[in-house]
Amino acid sequence: MLATELEPGNEIDGYRIEQRLYAGGMAVIYRVSRDDLPGPAVMKVPRLGQGEPGATVVSFEVEQMVLDALDGGPVPRLYGAGDLERSPYLVMALIEGRTLSSMLENGPLAEPEVRRLGAALALAVQQLHEREVIHLDLKPSNVMIRPDGSAVLIDLGLARHAHLPDLLAEEFRRPLGSAPYISPEQVLGIRHEARSDVFALGVILYELATGHYPFGAPATPNGMRKRLRASPVPPRARVPALSEALQETIYRCLEVNVEKRLASAKQLAFELQHAEQVEVSARGRWTRRQGVMTRLRKWVFGLGYEPTVVVAPAERASDAPIIMVAVATAYTNEKHQQAIRLAVQRFAAAMPAARVACVTVTRPQPVMGTADEASSAPRQHLQLLVKLRHWAEPIALPAGRITFHVLEAGDPSDGLLDYARNNQVDHILIGAPPPNLVGRNILPPVADRVINDAPCSVTIVRPRS
Amino acid sequence: MKLALLADVHANIEALDACLAHAGDQGVDGYVFLGDLVGYGADPAAVIDRVIALGAAVRASVMGNHDAAVVGRGDEPMNDEAHAAIIWTLPRLSMAQRQYLAGLPLIASDGDVTWVHASANHPERFDYVSCAADARASLDAAGSRYVFSGHVHDPTLYYVGSDGRLSPFVPTMGVALPVGRHRSWLGIVGSCGQPRDGKTGAWYAIFDRAKARLTYHRVPYDVAAAAAKIRRAGLPERFALQIEGLP
Repeated sequence: MLATELEPGNEIDGYRIEQRLYAGGMAVIYRVSRDDLPGPAVMKVPRLGQGEPGATVVSFEVEQMVLDALDGGPVPRLYGAGDLERSPYLVMALIEGRTLSSMLENGPLAEPEVRRLGAALALAVQQLHEREVIHLDLKPSNVMIRPDGSAVLIDLGLARHAHLPDLLAEEFRRPLGSAPYISPEQVLGIRHEARSDVFALGVILYELATGHYPFGAPATPNGMRKRLRASPVPPRARVPALSEALQETIYRCLEVNVEKRLASAKQLAFELQHAEQVEVSARGRWTRRQGVMTRLRKWVFGLGYEPTVVVAPAERASDAPIIMVAVATAYTNEKHQQAIRLAVQRFAAAMPAARVACVTVTRPQPVMGTADEASSAPRQHLQLLVKLRHWAEPIALPAGRITFHVLEAGDPSDGLLDYARNNQVDHILIGAPPPNLVGRNILPPVADRVINDAPCSVTIVRPRS
Repeated sequence: MKLALLADVHANIEALDACLAHAGDQGVDGYVFLGDLVGYGADPAAVIDRVIALGAAVRASVMGNHDAAVVGRGDEPMNDEAHAAIIWTLPRLSMAQRQYLAGLPLIASDGDVTWVHASANHPERFDYVSCAADARASLDAAGSRYVFSGHVHDPTLYYVGSDGRLSPFVPTMGVALPVGRHRSWLGIVGSCGQPRDGKTGAWYAIFDRAKARLTYHRVPYDVAAAAAKIRRAGLPERFALQIEGLP
């Protein structure tokens, strides 16, 4: 019997078929059970009949290789696999939830939903990149959203693992990927660029927000090449309610030139979670399709398109780190503040793709009951933001590389640590506690707790005495 | 079965011992020596004795071009420095050690695996496998699923796609590479005792036959001691610099 025609009750290698969950053109998926499985599981069986394209079996092999190397995380955990020559199949953890594509069935989603799903997806992609893998076939049908809102990436048949031989590289010269989502460099056959996934994320965001593909769904490689030179219709021309910030973020993902594209999935997640921090340029404000001249410029650029040298995905991910600077705006020792700014400048110079997040913490203000407008919460918040920007002015970083955040927390260390965890901060810069801090013997200084509990490296900055 | 594959030990006993200890910790059940136990380094006798002492745990040991030169079978031209090392080595080997080298086969096989120092295509010529075409010739001549060799000092794994074309892959140390039986593979394990990539540490690989996995390892060892011995012996300075990772 063909393994793609199994009925409930049949067995392969001790796996009992419970139910056929899905039958697609490339593979069939069954729910299966076996006593030694650690949890609910599915079996994926490729369709490998006569005349099947070679890519199917190689993709299947690639998926097995990559899932095995990843061992869970942002992808389903692999429990077992059949012999590739005799009876190819993969047994992996069943993912609870729904596919992202099923959420698109009723048309485009509201912006908060787009941001929430997009950020969850971007974080899953970031995790994948940190594990040295590029997905290269991201699309809504390859993304599962769990009931808790987190994203799981499925179908790794086109994935590339930086430390494993790329079985797909030499074999197929035509572009590999799904036409609407494939990045310009993939169209040219490049399979080692992590930011190809950022491009696909941009396409998915565009689709979630507008219900359209930015570059259509071309059927030929030539049709796919058009994305090298065609600018998509502005999302706000399709859905005017969308924010300028979201449009700006989507355009940053869809940059033809990878060097201009958002540097990492993490930075995308950050922009989706902090719309107010996105520096909106002219294209963010576009509400109509661009004129002939703009399109012509892009076309000329597309002619000369040359892929740039790229590095391993994890290296790339850590190349674009988020550096958080804890700023005590009330502390007036200028020598001390100057030392922190100098440290920020040095870090930023050493890591040109890094983003600096200046953070200060204030006590939560009572929403009601403030007598005068001047001390009201929004007003105070704004004043702190102004102070923070003023503080950072001498650092002289371009707007896209530095952001400002006023957090409210009863305990400043809680506020800083929460921010660092929620935003995947890579490095924290914080000033050393002043030597004669009042109350030092009663309360531990903020820096001490940050050092102990931070999810990343912490640098303590202190002026030379 | 887990086999430790070692090539181009080149009379570096510190490197060999470090790899054997590392492989022991990984639970290997056997050892394969892919040629060139001697040449360049200062401890040819100790290296041969160590291999002989492993006894039946050595599943295969093949002859390299430096081994051949020492027992008077090398007709492959050698540069002056390498030749000087051979002349230096000759009087330092006992009859038993020389007999061990002389008794090594040029090529050996075990089921679907072929062991050879250089190319399996005319192994006596010690041709370098340095591109996909060389690897193709070696695999075709071996007629087996797997070919493991040395001679080239940098590790490389050549793999065959389903359309039959070969591609080189530079392995990352410590990553278990799936090397399934449905494809052909040619693994160059890298030099244990005389790496030439400007870094210190000894290369070797572990081939897990049951799981069809190949893992390349790079093991730190007492480079200073090995280099000092080379200098004390009056061997060419370059051989000391090379293991010190200096050009």
